[in-house]
Amino acid sequence: MKRTTIDLWVGIFVALGIASLFFLAVQVGNLRGTEIVEPYELQARFDNIGGLKPRAPVRSAGVVVGRVHHIDYDSERFQAVVVMNIDHRYSFPKDTFATINTSGLLGEQYIGMEPGGDEALLQPGDTMIKTQSAVVLEKLISQFMFNKAAEGAAPK
Amino acid sequence: MPEALLRPFIRLGHSVVSGIWRLGFASRFLGAILMMSGATFRRPALLMREIYFSGVLSLIIILVSGLFVGMVLALHGYDTLSRYGSEEWLGVLVALSLTRELGPVLAGLLFASRAGSAITAEIGLMKATEQLSAMAMMAVNPVARVVAPRFWGGVIAMPLLAAMFSAMGVLGGYLVGVVQIGVDPGSFWSQMQSQVDVERDILAGVIKSVVFGFAVALIAVFEGYDSEATAEGVSRATTRTVVTSALVILGLDFILTAFLF
Amino acid sequence: MTSPSPDLAPVVDIRDLHFRYDARDVLRGINMRVPRGKVVAIMGGSGCGKTTLMRLIGGQLRPRGGELKVFGESIADINRERLYDLRRRMGMLFQFGALFTDMSVYDNVAFPLHEHTDLPEELIRDLVLMKLHAVGLRGAAHLMPNELSGGMARRVALARTIALDPQLIMYDEPFTGLDPISLSVIGQLIRRLNDALGASSIVVTHDVQESLQIVDYIYFVSEGRIAAEGTPDEIRASTDPWVHQFVWGESDGPVPFQYPARPYREALLGSADA
Repeated sequence: MKRTTIDLWVGIFVALGIASLFFLAVQVGNLRGTEIVEPYELQARFDNIGGLKPRAPVRSAGVVVGRVHHIDYDSERFQAVVVMNIDHRYSFPKDTFATINTSGLLGEQYIGMEPGGDEALLQPGDTMIKTQSAVVLEKLISQFMFNKAAEGAAPK
Repeated sequence: MPEALLRPFIRLGHSVVSGIWRLGFASRFLGAILMMSGATFRRPALLMREIYFSGVLSLIIILVSGLFVGMVLALHGYDTLSRYGSEEWLGVLVALSLTRELGPVLAGLLFASRAGSAITAEIGLMKATEQLSAMAMMAVNPVARVVAPRFWGGVIAMPLLAAMFSAMGVLGGYLVGVVQIGVDPGSFWSQMQSQVDVERDILAGVIKSVVFGFAVALIAVFEGYDSEATAEGVSRATTRTVVTSALVILGLDFILTAFLF
Repeated sequence: MTSPSPDLAPVVDIRDLHFRYDARDVLRGINMRVPRGKVVAIMGGSGCGKTTLMRLIGGQLRPRGGELKVFGESIADINRERLYDLRRRMGMLFQFGALFTDMSVYDNVAFPLHEHTDLPEELIRDLVLMKLHAVGLRGAAHLMPNELSGGMARRVALARTIALDPQLIMYDEPFTGLDPISLSVIGQLIRRLNDALGASSIVVTHDVQESLQIVDYIYFVSEGRIAAEGTPDEIRASTDPWVHQFVWGESDGPVPFQYPARPYREALLGSADA
């Protein structure tokens, strides 16, 4: 085996390997497009975060504008404190409404931002006051079942 | 009589002691390889040759196996997911199984049986035919000249092979899921991209494959160097390389999964 | 013999050398001297420790007792770097050549030159062809080791051994498994190369007739000791029964045909435990 043949093949091999890693990172993983650039921090308090996890997306009008950084528990107010990183390109009014939503019936949970009409903008480190907790499926179902039971009992 | 009763314990003790001794010897051997690796990286021609033998020659088996594993995953996954009407998760299922688990583990097992056994056989044969002694008598250290390049060749080739395996697997999943069955390509890729995390899933898989590369390469060169200098000894060492590598890969996989995910 | 001048000091000087593998004594007090420029044979039956002795001289094994000096340095006391320095002045021909099977004949002979010198490639080429010419195989430079016969492989290995012009050449059973023609070719090469390079040689062998023709001095090793020594003429004329048996290849004599065992009758009739 000639030296140049070996070098050629090893070159092809390494190029293929790096191409595969690149493919995995860009096409399979979420390296592309959803990168949060120079983020600033916002906080929100929720009564119940459901299954929200760190790194879950923060969306506004369906566009990913940030990610959940970490989740704390405030033991004085008995509430969850969600700290999120928001891309510096985006800013939101003071009265933005933060909700915890689920994508699809069984999909992942994310934070939805619904901007209000306030002139003043949220500054880095601010806390959003208006929030809506996660919908807990079990509660919803049991509520529905009680209502049905009540409806069924009433006519008789 | 008491001796007959004690014999199993004696045998157990013997195997434990010799196992520990081999473990100690292997770690000292690793130390020697690392100490003498400078020469390997100063002579790229030696390293190129070993990357060729353990990497390029394993290419076909890795690419073909990756493709088929991805296709099978897509078939099974579609069968299960379609019952819940969540076919768009097919891409996620294929990609996560491959990058986190099957890519590194299966590529590691294939690498051990294709390249690891070849390295063991080659070094063992060089020992049995006194080539290593001859080299030492020519004042050329066999660990630096023969063992270290093969070790590093394996360490470098393995993560690249694992990445190719995973990439081929995803393509295989795409072929079966999207092209053949007809899952929507948009949701196949976009669900995959939103669910597969570069750090937590892909990087963790790469870390696994690097660790497996080190383990298999060390086992292969150690078994070869430590083999009995006979034809039978070499064949036994080759078998041991494959068996030990498989067990070590699966054991390490458990430990790494527990720590990384 | 005890001259202080380093030039006249023996290349290998062994006094009361002991060595054991695990519990088995292999060498029990060897005294031996290889003078500069001479070809010395070490002979003895299979398993008498003569190959062990050569590995000790090459520093592949460490002695357990006694003194072993090569080029005036005690092999037991030097570190690995110094040992490798000494080995550059030695060459060892292994029993079956030990050619690197993944390299051509040319690359095998060029191997020590590539590893130990920074010579330009053209000069290495000239040196390799010169060494191959010396063993009569210049035309085989492009062949792979598996295309060579046993005798040719050993000659290539010999060319590789002398690539760096060693001052001490050791041969481990160079005559084993060769046809009579190859055997005498190797024998003549050993003598000629020794004289041409001005080196000293040690030939470990049990081929008495071939050795008697080419060597200057012979040591007989038996049971880990030097049983007899002398020049070829002295050995031929020896009346020592042990030497006589060995030189003339008699099956029974001081060296018994039977491996030491219990009396045969007892073994056949006695109980099973050994």
